[in-house]
Amino acid sequence: MANDPMKQFQIEKLLAMDISGYDVSFTNASVYLLLGAAIPAAFMLFASAKAAVVPGRLQLVGESAYNFVHDMLYTSTGAEGVKKFFPLVLSLFLFIFTINMVGLFAYNFTPTGQIIVPAMMALLVFFTVVIVGFAKNGLGFFKIFFPSGVPWPLYILITPIEIISFFSRPLSHAVRLWANIFAGHLLVKVFAGFIPQLGDMGAVGWGVAVIPFALTIAIYALETLVAFLQAYVFAILTCIYLNDALHAGDH
Amino acid sequence: MDAESARYIGAGLACFGMLGAALGVSNIFSAYLEGSLRNPSAAESQRGNLIFGFAVTEALGIFSLAVALICLFVPLPALN
Repeated sequence: MANDPMKQFQIEKLLAMDISGYDVSFTNASVYLLLGAAIPAAFMLFASAKAAVVPGRLQLVGESAYNFVHDMLYTSTGAEGVKKFFPLVLSLFLFIFTINMVGLFAYNFTPTGQIIVPAMMALLVFFTVVIVGFAKNGLGFFKIFFPSGVPWPLYILITPIEIISFFSRPLSHAVRLWANIFAGHLLVKVFAGFIPQLGDMGAVGWGVAVIPFALTIAIYALETLVAFLQAYVFAILTCIYLNDALHAGDH
Repeated sequence: MDAESARYIGAGLACFGMLGAALGVSNIFSAYLEGSLRNPSAAESQRGNLIFGFAVTEALGIFSLAVALICLFVPLPALN
């Protein structure tokens, strides 16, 4: 098929590498993952290079990104969470946001559309929560399965639900980001694919093709919103999960 | 029934999942509108919660859309 909508998710090896049977090739995904790390880092360095009390335009953008994540983390975890986890949450947010935005440009690849990338980030957050939770609260971390202010007979019902929801967190955390990006990009390409299909039917077809063309633009605008929103949701869920590690049993 | 027709039926069935997301998203926005018309001064402070709830709910609809699109477009040998 000439305009196969799955083609955008194909991984191509740019530099084939093999270490003792494991395929560690440098692929187009690697390029965009490196971009996702390099662009925010370069931007932040550039924005803070000429730091002044009265910020210029570039510094203002850098500062507002910083403040946005800071406020998000502060409202859900308090001062202690900001001290410990601010670098983690800021990197996660800027990384996902950059990848999503770069992937929106035509012919670009979106690594968050591959389940492995969000899965690894979600597992990173999950194990951070578990390790920090046990290091800080000791065995008191198990209190997250016994929410306070509940009459004790209800624990028979609530504790299994809390345990299941705790262990399904990394799954839903990862799949939410992946499915949004995957389905969104697929949807744009499917609707764009209608245009040449209708065009094959001749002049009338080109006339009708205005409708999928307008829809493609509308969905594309929605995808731009989703690209930001999913980075935001991923970061704020990270904040909520980290809050559990710091204040076990308070919710 | 051959595999080719089964995938189209499967894609159609997967779209039923979006019904729940549609109800959920409409519930979120109707509740927000109702609340913000009762107390407009508190509406602005809850905008973040609105967007967050919308994104979390909408994701469930997207999950079923992803399943439907996988049914439609992932080539059959990859699924076997």
